[in-house]
Amino acid sequence: MNKVRLLEFTYLFCLKILSRLVPVLSEKRPFIGFMVASEKAFKKPLFGCQMCGQCILHYTGMVCPMGCPKNLRNGPCGGVRGDGNCEIKPNMKCTWVRAWDNSTQMMVFTESIEEIQTELDHRLSGTSAWINELGGGNDE
Amino acid sequence: MTNKHASNLAQRLETGLFTVTAEVTLPDSIEKEALASRAHILEPYCDAINITDSTGAVPHFSNIAAASILIENNIEPIIQFSCRDRNRIATQADVIGAHAMGVRNIFCVTGDGVQTGDHPEAKAVFDLDSVTLLTTINHLKTTGKFLSGRKLDSKPDLFLGAAVNPFVPPFEQRALRLLKKHRAGASFFQSQYCFDISRFESFLLLLLELTNGSPPPVLVGVGPLRSARFARWLRENVPGVAIPDHIINQIEKYPEKEQQKAGIEACVKIVEGVKNLTGVAGIHIMAHNWESSVSEIVEATGLTKTGRNN
Ligand code: SF4
Repeated sequence: MNKVRLLEFTYLFCLKILSRLVPVLSEKRPFIGFMVASEKAFKKPLFGCQMCGQCILHYTGMVCPMGCPKNLRNGPCGGVRGDGNCEIKPNMKCTWVRAWDNSTQMMVFTESIEEIQTELDHRLSGTSAWINELGGGNDE
Repeated sequence: MTNKHASNLAQRLETGLFTVTAEVTLPDSIEKEALASRAHILEPYCDAINITDSTGAVPHFSNIAAASILIENNIEPIIQFSCRDRNRIATQADVIGAHAMGVRNIFCVTGDGVQTGDHPEAKAVFDLDSVTLLTTINHLKTTGKFLSGRKLDSKPDLFLGAAVNPFVPPFEQRALRLLKKHRAGASFFQSQYCFDISRFESFLLLLLELTNGSPPPVLVGVGPLRSARFARWLRENVPGVAIPDHIINQIEKYPEKEQQKAGIEACVKIVEGVKNLTGVAGIHIMAHNWESSVSEIVEATGLTKTGRNN
């Protein structure tokens, strides 16, 4: 299994478990602390996660869109260099070139990259994306 | 709402009339006249004029002030909004302010990074991206409400556009990206400079396929290169501009004094190559600091107002 598929599989696996756990535990302080710490511990080294709190990794080929220096969440800007590198960071591959390549390799979420992502809620920065997504929104 | 302010651009594109737009270079001036005189050079040749939004991350004449000056001069502006300098609060405030001044065409772009410009130490905003910029303005347009749900006294009458750049990677994704922007509220598109017709054609083919032959209107971005040196500068310094070597070499063959002419000829060739393609709704001329070249390009390609309305 290639890396993208492995990550996608891991996402689906976590989703299965957490969609049971989170609704029950999302108000419990220790659980919230555990989720924030583990998201930081895994997603930072793996994806360069910036803890935006609104994870869309599976929509973007398992490439974190917050790695784009313009924080674009809906696709590449028009400034991508001819070699596929970033307009702003010439030595970095454009986040969206990677996202596009990877998304074509996915099993379930190939076309999810076409979905419109809403604007970020900056209040959620630093919080657990899993709880925000699955917790029913009462965890303010 | 009277018809007085309805977008002429929208009417043209919706009825399928070949459309010519052009970009005016915003002067580093504190006087109205400096802008108006440039716009008047373009006006006889185009249906609407683009006002950029501190393009290249260099501060220029405010886009809303510039648009108001054009409207005072009976010229229809297409006002560009980028995501670099305004968050969602400033964006929505400026959109309704611009509407009150008579602006009807709003063109949404991501915007160049601050690193491109002459204030690289500035803080870039990018609170929205080009798609959420479109959904935000489209929300104002269709509901008459701010994102917060707070109501305006009525719905603004707006025609939204967006940029497309088929000339940079990821190539296969650019048509899909255009359609995403279309779903987000963009009704027309202007492309980045086209110097590569075959690249544009393959983009168009894919777009036609994805839309069963009826894509939203796309205006092809074109522009004359003043000299081989300018072409190289443009390619190296303006993000997203792809100029194949053969175009530059062709201009370089001429002595410097004749390169302007060669640049216009190259541009005319591109326009001739794209204007009759299925799916092309018009052209968008970006003649940076060289407004006078627009008349030559339009005349040489038979696209004057009388020429293209027949
Ligand atoms: S080139 Fe790619 S990574 Fe760089 S700012 Fe544009 S979209 Fe983001």
